[in-house]
Amino acid sequence: MEKRGAEAVVELFPDRVIKTRVPKSYRIPELDERLRSERTRAEAKIISEARRAGIPTPIVYDVRQYALVMEFVDGRPMKEVITPELSRAVGVLVGRLHKAGLIHGDLTTSNMILRGDVIYMIDFGLSFWDGTLEARGVDVHVYYQTLISSHEDHEALMDAFAEGYRAAFPEAADDVLRRVKEIEYRGRYKTETP
Amino acid sequence: MAFYGFFIGLRLPESIVRGMRGEKRLARNGDMLVIMQSKKVLGIEGTAWSLSAAIVGHDRVYAEAGHPYVPETGGIHPMAAAQHHASHIAPIIRQVLDSGVGFDGVAFSRGPGLGPCLRTVATAARALALAYDVPLIGVNHCVAHIEVGRWQTGCHDPVVLYVSGANSQVIAFRRGRYRVFGETLDIGIGNALDKFGRHLGLQHPGGPKIEALAREGKSYIKMPYVVKGMDLSFSGMMSAAKEAAATHSKEDVCFSLQENAFAMLVEVTERALAHTGKDEVLIGGGVGANGRLQAMLDAMCKDRGAKFYAPPRKFFGDNGSMIAYTGLIQLEHGMTLDIADSAVLPNYRTDDVVIPWL
Ligand SMILES: Nc1ncnc2c1ncn2[C@@H]1O[C@H](COP(=O)(O)OP(=O)(O)O)[C@@H](O)[C@H]1O
Ligand SMILES: [Mg+2]
Repeated sequence: MEKRGAEAVVELFPDRVIKTRVPKSYRIPELDERLRSERTRAEAKIISEARRAGIPTPIVYDVRQYALVMEFVDGRPMKEVITPELSRAVGVLVGRLHKAGLIHGDLTTSNMILRGDVIYMIDFGLSFWDGTLEARGVDVHVYYQTLISSHEDHEALMDAFAEGYRAAFPEAADDVLRRVKEIEYRGRYKTETP
Repeated sequence: MAFYGFFIGLRLPESIVRGMRGEKRLARNGDMLVIMQSKKVLGIEGTAWSLSAAIVGHDRVYAEAGHPYVPETGGIHPMAAAQHHASHIAPIIRQVLDSGVGFDGVAFSRGPGLGPCLRTVATAARALALAYDVPLIGVNHCVAHIEVGRWQTGCHDPVVLYVSGANSQVIAFRRGRYRVFGETLDIGIGNALDKFGRHLGLQHPGGPKIEALAREGKSYIKMPYVVKGMDLSFSGMMSAAKEAAATHSKEDVCFSLQENAFAMLVEVTERALAHTGKDEVLIGGGVGANGRLQAMLDAMCKDRGAKFYAPPRKFFGDNGSMIAYTGLIQLEHGMTLDIADSAVLPNYRTDDVVIPWL
């Protein structure tokens, strides 16, 4: 079986998956190779770092130049199963991640897998270390935007997320969530003036 | 409406009709509607720099006239733009009226855009609707970019990359509305290019000149490439480009800037395709006319087995036809305004509009 994500081809085997960042013919080779290798390396590093911070992620078995071999998480994409209860659990995971100084960078409901009652985070190619309010705010903003664009009842899902996020990261949550509102406001009140 | 009923069921075998792009071809079953719906709408666009009016039917643009505002220095000054619109709107409307083509409604760009410009255009539209005793239709500018693209290309349910001055958005239809899946977190790509053009001393608008210079560029200068989910940020890249301009050739900097910025835009478009599972891409907005950006989107679509659609060049920049056309389909769905409730909406959001026709 093979899955095609936004940037990678993922081959699924019973005991492992191979995620290969395939060349993009629209990008000049220089930029393309740089992005693919940088992201592969970042993902390998941060996926393990995140697990140490208490976020379930697949175990990485091997790192190649443009490919990762990792544990197969046999479950369902969050996109198809999300409920307020699950969104609250996502809030807890993201709170832990941020508390550890990490930013996921691509918090969509396509990048979380529910196996049993455990939520796994995947796709850490756009992840980085950053402890600023702005980086955390944008991370949550990306998640909220997916909820708004792709899911019914997004308000309940957002509230539940905030609740989980507060519980896991009480010392910063209010500031981050305020920043998220600011970021949304900036987008909304952009006009044609340069 | 009774008028339509008369034609329903009437077959026109083997007749020659004009297609979406005006080409002649044999009539197909679906053409019946096009032939029957002879309604037309007069539309006026004036959200920012562009002031343009048109009369449009389902089959084609019947009349169009425009007078763009060109800032003397720097970017757009809202009051100066509004004054420009106020002094040129009457002759432009006169020009399309002089075509002698009738119309069944008056549409105007209700937002998003600059308040003073929007109010000028709305005032003219209300007066016209009253004078001709036809319905008034308020059109969302972003929705109009999408609809004119669907009309002109024949695509159905695309992921839309909308790239204008202030906006860079990835939009797709889901459950009754066009939803924004990703957008710029700081400046729009059009304004970024124009600003950089001014930095290089190029004449406004800088975008097309940057495109020409980029064609002569050869070596890529590394610049920040910032994608966050389906969102983008261009400000770091712009600072790097300005710095690079001090030590590298204009050609190479323009080349690198385009390659970098457009790759970011194409990447988020591809992310939206993956996330939504759709298989069509439509480009719209002023920057959409850029040949390199179109070629990159086309390559991405080919790699993914999706189909890429770009309307004819004249429909990219803000234009009266897109307002008139969207006004026409709104009219057919009863989406008209009472004069009393027709205030402009400077922050009108794409997902505020319910879309009953998709
Ligand atoms: N470890 C894994 N176990 C099971 N499925 C996976 C795993 N990693 C990726 N996938 C599947 O492949 C898809 C694409 O992988 P992802 O890492 O998100 O790449 P992309 O950057 O292309 O989106 C995911 O949405 C998921 O369905
Ligand atoms: Mg993914």
